Order: sequence, then structure tokens, then C-alpha cells
Amino acid sequence: MTVRCEVLETGPLTTVQDTGRTGQAALGIGRSGACDRTAYRLANRLVGNSEDAAALEVTFGGLALLAEADLVYAITGAPCSGVPLNAPAILRKGEVLRLGVPRTGLRTYVAIRGGVDVEPVLGSRSTDLLAGLGPAPLKAGDVVAAGKDHGPMPGVDLAPVAEPAGGLVTVRLLPGPRRDWFTDAGWASLLGQTYKVSSNSNRIGVRLEGEPLERARNGELPSEGMELGALQIPPSGLPVLFLADHPVTGGYPVIAYVAPENLDPCAQLRPGQPLRFTP
Amino acid sequence: MRLLPCGGTALLVELADLDEVLGYYAALLAEPPAGVVDIVPAARTVMVVTDPAVTDLAALERSLRATVPTADRRAAGDLVEIPVVYDGADLDDLAGILGCDVAEVVRRHTADEWTVAFCGFAPGFGYLTGRSDWNIPRRESPRTKVPAGSVALAGEFSGVYPRESPGGWQLLGRTDVAVFDLDRDPAALLQPGRRIRFVDAGRA
Repeated sequence: MTVRCEVLETGPLTTVQDTGRTGQAALGIGRSGACDRTAYRLANRLVGNSEDAAALEVTFGGLALLAEADLVYAITGAPCSGVPLNAPAILRKGEVLRLGVPRTGLRTYVAIRGGVDVEPVLGSRSTDLLAGLGPAPLKAGDVVAAGKDHGPMPGVDLAPVAEPAGGLVTVRLLPGPRRDWFTDAGWASLLGQTYKVSSNSNRIGVRLEGEPLERARNGELPSEGMELGALQIPPSGLPVLFLADHPVTGGYPVIAYVAPENLDPCAQLRPGQPLRFTP
Repeated sequence: MRLLPCGGTALLVELADLDEVLGYYAALLAEPPAGVVDIVPAARTVMVVTDPAVTDLAALERSLRATVPTADRRAAGDLVEIPVVYDGADLDDLAGILGCDVAEVVRRHTADEWTVAFCGFAPGFGYLTGRSDWNIPRRESPRTKVPAGSVALAGEFSGVYPRESPGGWQLLGRTDVAVFDLDRDPAALLQPGRRIRFVDAGRA
């Protein structure tokens, strides 16, 4: 019998995510996938799924699921009140799993043993909000069905994982392809100021509020490829840090890229949080 | 050729012009460096993305420097015909911009052989370049809704909107050909390197 649960509430945004679509960027199809890939993979491992099984990505808590049969699940990422964290757990038939507001961080992952069973689109079960691909975001009344693809339980009671940082976050940058479109003063300003994460942020990018960066040259940049972690500077001079649903190409200069070890923490930045960059 | 850094897993290859981009992209497709997961051609650049578990950027850089663009890539791709009903809302404006009549706009658009240079903006949106020197300004105010299948011009490019979206390109007409179809593999009809000929399908 297929294990199913009913979505009672979704919070601001809950989507199905996996590792995304690779190898199709030349056709204008981005990778998408879970924003915090470390947390997403851990959730799957805790319930014996393969690391690339589809799971739920919950933005700022608020998800409520009613189990129609006993199911095994694990919750990782931003720590929501009211639910067990970083540990496999059982939801009994008729019980409701309800994620409160996270103490820190932004994105919480809910893996269900067997994986979330939805039809893949172009090889992935991820919702790409920019491209409009994959399953629609969850809404109340939807049914989430568990797949049957899993291995043995890992025999782990609890994964010791640090919570996402609550206060000032420092992110290491690598110079990007268009560093030379900005003056040295602009680069120093990027590294010297404390930005604030804008509420106008989403799975496409983290927008930052602060002092605009000075450019060394104006004019138009022909569109070019962009990758996860690009720090693109539009004419406003205020950086946009690209996350999972970023555009495949863009026409604004990329001054820097986030160092690989800081990509997942960037997915946990919440509006209002202070952010600094370091070389 | 200039190599530019793109974080921990990618490099951007900057080339002289679109023709060289097409040739370089073709050469990379014919012989992809080890560990490459995505190759993204654009107007003047090709971005190459690797799987860091398989290769590192130093090895990628050596492969990219050793890659020689394929000559005259434009004639190499297969040819796809796209029938167009030329009744676009911007045809008169286009005639004004080009200093000719509407029939001449259509004649030029159908006479050119176009090549898909790269994709972007939306899944399956191809930037097509022709052999003649188009230089079409975008509309001053973009439309909030351009219907799927709209055939349009902007700058040196022609394009077909894969789905309804906002857009500032000048509209020539429309086609029933689905340029992006999730039930087709690959879903995108307009793949980089492919040659396109627009055919006048007459008035609907």
C-alpha cells in the first residue's frame, strides 16, 4: 500500500526538490534542486533513501501534514519548533506533523522514507520557480505520496549538525569573471560593508541591501552563463546572490562567486539577517 | 581566448564573436573534457561547469586551452523549417525601423538562414542569428504578456517565445510549432548549432 499524507497547511512556500536537472543548461534549463543540498541529503540518508530522492523543501516553517498511514520521516535544515530534528521519526496514522517557525535559518527539509513520489519533469522532480518546470508548489488539500525506493534504515538515532547561524554570517568570495567591471573602491566596499538580506529574496536569489558598488565601466554586457553562487550586480549596484533557481544566462556583471563551502549556508539566510563578505 | 573564473566548479571562456562561440561549443560537444556536466554557450562566451568529484579546475583549464573551435560551424547543424503567419503587432514599426515595407521585412526574415546561437531567458528560448546585419531596438516598454509561439526580433537576434511570458522583442508573427515540448526528448527544438529557416505560411 502506498503511504500518503494530506497537506493541511504549507506555510509561505513548500516545494518538492531533488538534486535538480543537470546537463540541460545549454537549452535554457537550469539545475534548480534543493537550495541547501547538505541538509537535503542528510534528510534522505536519515530515512534510508538514496541521497537524490525527492523531499519537501519548506520555507520558513508552517507545513502541516496529516498521515493516512504510519510513515518514517526526518527533518533537517532550519530547526522548526514542535518537531524532531536531524533524526528519523515515525508519524502514526491520523497524527499531524506540524512545523513551527524556525529558530534560525530559512529552509527546512522533510524526507519521507521511500521519497516523495511525483512525476519527474525533464529528469527531475524539482520545482523550478523561475523556469516554471516541475510540480507546482504544494497547496492545502494536496496529497503527498511516498515512493517505494529506499534502502535499509541507517541505524542512526541523531545526526549531530550545527544549526544555521542566527546572527551575522560571513561568506568567503572568489573573484568572478567581471571583477574588472568594478573599481578597486567598489571591491573594497563589497568586502568592507555589512549587507542586510532583503525580504525580496527567494529560491532564485538572495537580494542584498547596502551601499551600491562603484563600477569601473558602464555599458552592456552580452548575456553570459551564470552558475550557482554568482554575485551579480545589476545597475542598482546592490548584489543578487544566485541560488538554485537562478537564470542560466544573465546580462549583468558577476563580480564574484561564493566559495563552494558557503553555498549551502547562503540558502539559509533569512530576511533582515546581516551578511559580510571576506576574500 | 580568455579564461575567466566562475566559482569553484566552472570557467568562462571568452571568445571573439558569436561565430567563434558556435565553433568552440561544437568542438567541446564533439570532445567534452572529463567531468563536464554543463556547457553553456552565450553571445561571446562559453561557460563550462564541472563535477568537482570528477575533475578540478586546473585540469579543465588545460582542456579548454587545448580546444580549437570547429571552422564554419554555421553550415554544420541540421536544418529545421518553422512556418510563420506574419501578422505580428510590430510589423509596421519594423518596416519603419528598416526603412522598407512589410512585405520586405517578411522577405528578409524568410530569406535569411538562421542559426541557434544559444538559449536562455526561458527554457527552450533560442537566440537565433542570421547572415544579414539586423540591429533591431527592443520595444521601449516591454509587453507584460507575449503569447507562446510569437516570432520576434531584437538586436541581431530572432526568437520564438516558448510560452507566454513578458517580453520586449518586436513581434513579427506567430508559429504553431512547439519550440518547447516536455513530451519530446530533448524538450527544446531550438538547440545551439541548429539551422532554422522561417517559412511564410500566409495569412491564417
